Amino acid sequence: MGLILDLLVQGSQMAAVLLLAPLLTGLVRKLKSRLLRRRGPPLLQPYRDLARLLRKEAVLADNASWLFRAAPYLIFACTWVAAALVPTFASGLIFSWTADLIAIIALLASARFLLALAGMDVGTSFGGIGSSREVMIASIAEPAMLMIVFTLALVAGSTQLATVAGVLASPEVGLRVSLGLALVALLMVAIAENGRVPIDNPATHLELTMVHEAMVLEYSGRHLAMIELAASLKLLLYVSLIAAVFVPWGIAGPGAGIGGHALGLAAWLGKLAAGAAMLALFETAIAKMRVFRVPGFLGAALMLGLLGTLFLFVSRSF
Amino acid sequence: MSGPVTDVVTSGLAFDVAHMLAGGLVLLSFVMLYQDRLSALLNVFALHAVVLSTSVAWQAFAQDAPHLYVTAAIALAFKAIVIPTALHRIVRRLGIHREIERVVGTGLTMLAGMALVALSLVVMLRVTAEADPLAREDLAFALSVVLLGLLLMVTRRNAVSQVIGFMALENGLVLAAAGAKGMPLVVEISVAFSILIAFIVIGIFLFRIRERFDTVDVNALDRFRGDRR
Repeated sequence: MGLILDLLVQGSQMAAVLLLAPLLTGLVRKLKSRLLRRRGPPLLQPYRDLARLLRKEAVLADNASWLFRAAPYLIFACTWVAAALVPTFASGLIFSWTADLIAIIALLASARFLLALAGMDVGTSFGGIGSSREVMIASIAEPAMLMIVFTLALVAGSTQLATVAGVLASPEVGLRVSLGLALVALLMVAIAENGRVPIDNPATHLELTMVHEAMVLEYSGRHLAMIELAASLKLLLYVSLIAAVFVPWGIAGPGAGIGGHALGLAAWLGKLAAGAAMLALFETAIAKMRVFRVPGFLGAALMLGLLGTLFLFVSRSF
Repeated sequence: MSGPVTDVVTSGLAFDVAHMLAGGLVLLSFVMLYQDRLSALLNVFALHAVVLSTSVAWQAFAQDAPHLYVTAAIALAFKAIVIPTALHRIVRRLGIHREIERVVGTGLTMLAGMALVALSLVVMLRVTAEADPLAREDLAFALSVVLLGLLLMVTRRNAVSQVIGFMALENGLVLAAAGAKGMPLVVEISVAFSILIAFIVIGIFLFRIRERFDTVDVNALDRFRGDRR
């Protein structure tokens, strides 16, 4: 019985992240438009876009290799597995022993590696530019992310997300400056990883500035649908990750009943909506930075993560 | 930490707040290293002094040492209000308030700063193994603030930025003094006043440098050093 319930929770989480990801993207777009006093596309527009792309024929370049065709599915699979591991509404997932922060980062990094390869596969100049910029961003964002993971792991004594969330929800954490630094650094990394405004504009097709869009320019039809869905899943993953680690209240524990899980689901939906609202507000308030300012921005995130780790060595527990 | 539960809770909280304020001071030192505009640098310096004053006041509360409140008040009045205001006026009169300073290699400076913080933590944690944890972390952070102030002085070429580096260094000394429970009030007041006098002397010097060389970039001084072998 317990195993069935665990499987049910894990399965519903996998379905929930997949179903809600386009909605989150739609919500951010809608809120951004409303903040700019535009009407904006309807909330369900991303679903319609995906359905349209799936119906359309996929056009391939003549010199596209097997990698170009396989990459969208692999990217989608990596991102989906990573998103399914983050405790969103319940921490007692059956796969929670694999929900290691480092494993999640590795899955996302593989997805990024495949996308960069696919961008270069056809040999157009835009794909090359996009891949080189993406890798430049990644080479600083990933060390910064690892420093954040070290900070969390030192506080919680584990890199398992469920344990980290449990420790941070308990009152004995107290007031820790390291966690504040890690939160700011994680927000900066999340913005960079998802290609949001100061780093990259998700709505642009201006060749001077695009990063993510430049890599996927050659894709069409069902391949493009997979990549778009993976991008939405990644945004949902980061919002859920930040919520699970820094706002862990309301997540249903391993032994929670139906009521606990319903409460966890409601709390998670609230956190997602709050995250979308904050992201839209931030994106509206700030201007995009030059590509060559990005290392400075991410360097600050790396520095904050490193400082957070260093500060832990003079804190109470050491 | 043994004792009644409430005692443990309050001392834990006292430690956490002290840790947060001292950590904030180190963070602001990094922000100063990062700034390339003079007026922004001055504002961060004023904030640095405000955090220092809060930190000293919290130490006064946590250690039950009322004379530290005087130190906090001195830090707030002089370093957060008088000196930044005066420096703002000097910068404005020298006409360099809009200038962007070419800081050489922000990334390298940051890495060097990180290494200095790690160094001071390693040194202090090893030296003060038996000390009270509150004093321990305070001394470790104070040494980092001092070293970062020195780094700011070394990496900048503008004389005003070097003055700010010097003042930030002195903030670190005050933090160390507040944590060490040993410095008498007389010494603190005299240190504060000597800093003020140093500031006045430096201010006069700034104008002299400016009069003679038409710039406050200290590289201009090198040309007047005579023959280099």
